[in-house]
Amino acid sequence: MIKILRARWQQGHRTIAFPDGPPPPLPERFRGAPEIDATRCVDGCRRCADACPTGAISLDPALAVDLGKCLFCTHCLEACPEGALAYGRDYRLAARRRENLRVDSTRGVELAAALDAATRKLFGRSLKLREVSAGGCNGCESEVNVLSTVVWDLGRFGIQFVASPRHADGLLITGPVTENMHLALQKTYAAVPPPKLVIAVGACAISGGPYIDHPEVHNGADAVVPVDLYVPGCPPHPLTILDGLLRLLGRIPTP
Amino acid sequence: MSGLTQLARLGGGGAVPLAAVSDLAWSDFAAAVVLAVERGLRVVAYFGTAAAGGGVELHAVLADDRAGNVAVAATVIEGGTFPSLTSDVPQVHLFEREIAEQTGLRPEGHPWLAPVRFHGSYRAGHDAWGRPEGEPILPGDLDFYRVEGEEVHEVAVGPVHAGVIEPGHFRFQCHGEEVFHLEISLGYQHRGAERAVAGGPDTRTIHYLETVAGDTTAGHATAYCEALEALSGCAVPARAQALRAVALELERVASHVGDLGALAGDVGFLPSASFCGRIRGDFLNLTAEICGSRFGRGLLRPGGVGFDLEPAQLARLRERLERAATDARVAIELLWETPSVMARFEATGALPGVVAQLLGLKGPSARACGLDLDARRDHPTGLYRSRHIPVALAESGDVYARAWVRWLEIQHSLTFLREELGALPAGPVRAATNGLAPRHLAVSLVEGWRGEICHVAITDARGAFSRYKIVDPSFHNWSGLAYALRGQQISDFPLCNKSFNLSYCGHDL
Repeated sequence: MIKILRARWQQGHRTIAFPDGPPPPLPERFRGAPEIDATRCVDGCRRCADACPTGAISLDPALAVDLGKCLFCTHCLEACPEGALAYGRDYRLAARRRENLRVDSTRGVELAAALDAATRKLFGRSLKLREVSAGGCNGCESEVNVLSTVVWDLGRFGIQFVASPRHADGLLITGPVTENMHLALQKTYAAVPPPKLVIAVGACAISGGPYIDHPEVHNGADAVVPVDLYVPGCPPHPLTILDGLLRLLGRIPTP
Repeated sequence: MSGLTQLARLGGGGAVPLAAVSDLAWSDFAAAVVLAVERGLRVVAYFGTAAAGGGVELHAVLADDRAGNVAVAATVIEGGTFPSLTSDVPQVHLFEREIAEQTGLRPEGHPWLAPVRFHGSYRAGHDAWGRPEGEPILPGDLDFYRVEGEEVHEVAVGPVHAGVIEPGHFRFQCHGEEVFHLEISLGYQHRGAERAVAGGPDTRTIHYLETVAGDTTAGHATAYCEALEALSGCAVPARAQALRAVALELERVASHVGDLGALAGDVGFLPSASFCGRIRGDFLNLTAEICGSRFGRGLLRPGGVGFDLEPAQLARLRERLERAATDARVAIELLWETPSVMARFEATGALPGVVAQLLGLKGPSARACGLDLDARRDHPTGLYRSRHIPVALAESGDVYARAWVRWLEIQHSLTFLREELGALPAGPVRAATNGLAPRHLAVSLVEGWRGEICHVAITDARGAFSRYKIVDPSFHNWSGLAYALRGQQISDFPLCNKSFNLSYCGHDL
């Protein structure tokens, strides 16, 4: 017992102060919201779009990135001779609508607005989620799991992952929705009593990610169920997921 | 003629022309595989590919751990069936089911020919189960093994599970609390990853390999890069090789620390559970310090690595490694000193070494049964050619042994990381890769944190992949988990499952 107490003292208090205090430090090379300067684009150049593994980059009418497809890799940066694309450090990426994930020179992510007052009254202080991995690679699943560790302590916000859809207020979905999980996802969604929320975490659950347009997948959750929150990334940093959840519940105000 | 001398051999990270892998008659092929396994070689890959004349070419890749190389045998099957080798060589049982599913060839005499991933055959018009073309194939739709008798009952779990984990279906045959038999039916995660690598390499290929088992990004990406470099004759700079090994060992340490925390949680010992959950993140953050991603996305690239370490970064990394190492030691040593933990770990889910060997188990789960296997020693590539990590072994094959081997490996990897980060070679971190040699075959074996990862790449006349085979250690180890449950209490399934902690998507591809 004395050893356990000594270990407890040695490990210290680790829960982050966020959102009331500052967010935890992010790695120096963290790749957050892209910073785009379309004025640097040379006419007819498509190198970034050709290098993109998921077709996230469009050039018509000007350089834009769909963060729902973006894997936050570095192929476009390496391909662009003019430095028109760079990753910034902004971890805030979650949006309520799919089209709000499209960013260009003039527009960043339209961050998630809070649920309406009536829904917030229901879920604002207690949100029970059932997680469905539908072809996820265990990247997003791991980062969602991390939110339940002492560092992030999701329980302080009344958010909890539960063992049955019957106990849940909504689903958190990861993975591109494989054909082999299609029916299970539909059944799980149907088993959640209404009103219910759906949160899609990661490029796969938003668009199919690296598996986009494979005949084995359905290109993301919203092909099967209506989605209320999209959290981009491959996988998203836990801070990005937490920020999205807290915005949805109105714990972090979005102006 | 059934000797092994007729087989093409290649060393770790090597490639051979396809012309050197001659097709044998079936009887010679089968005799060679059986003889090889009798002599202690392991079947690390066995797969079928549609051949030009309408048949199927089978390749068996046999790892010779003593010689430090692999032997490749090939044969062409013209009809719709081939004889199953499972009764002589049990470790091929799932490979034969996979061949049946992918090519439609039926392994005659296979004792349990169920689908592996529940998808249609890759050869139109050939289905091993005679299923009509175009009709949907439902996952988990099979006649499960059943035990009959008074008070025998069946428990079905999944595909969606209670925690934040991947999907799979588990069917238990129980008598009271005791499990007589467990059948695991997967395939829910099947995304077509292996199928899609063929035709490449292209801009998406590395992302398939980074996410084929997304918690093993460094492992699978290293295996892919080494296969590609073998085919393109690329010499990876020393500094890049060192950083790759750093990524692989950080991935191992983070995963093992997380697993030990999860095991503590499953036996209700919350101090280590909560400490380790956090410390795992500290190690993931070290990987993120190198490449910006906690899972090492973007770090491994053909020809080397995508990121270098500046001196100031390196100093910070070393300091943080020490702090995390101290925290991990304090958190994990509590486990071995706590009788309530040890009482639950010891003698639970014991797997006999002889069974582990027959099933071809990999990694910590195999080493926990006393199987002295580690690709870093037996088939070294990159930095592991010159720098050696001791192989961690235990004997009892139970949950305790699987936990203890992880702790030994954490300590060995931390020592390795300290030394390597203190003496990184200077120089570039990436070399140019050329086109791939046409009509060649390359094999890479990499010891990921779950065990040995095997990739086999075959190129066509243009130098594109005509076939790319991915074997995650979980492919073999799920059978080990099923066997370990025999005679156990069904309530111990979560603990046993966690002690293996296998990949669903790595199995389902």
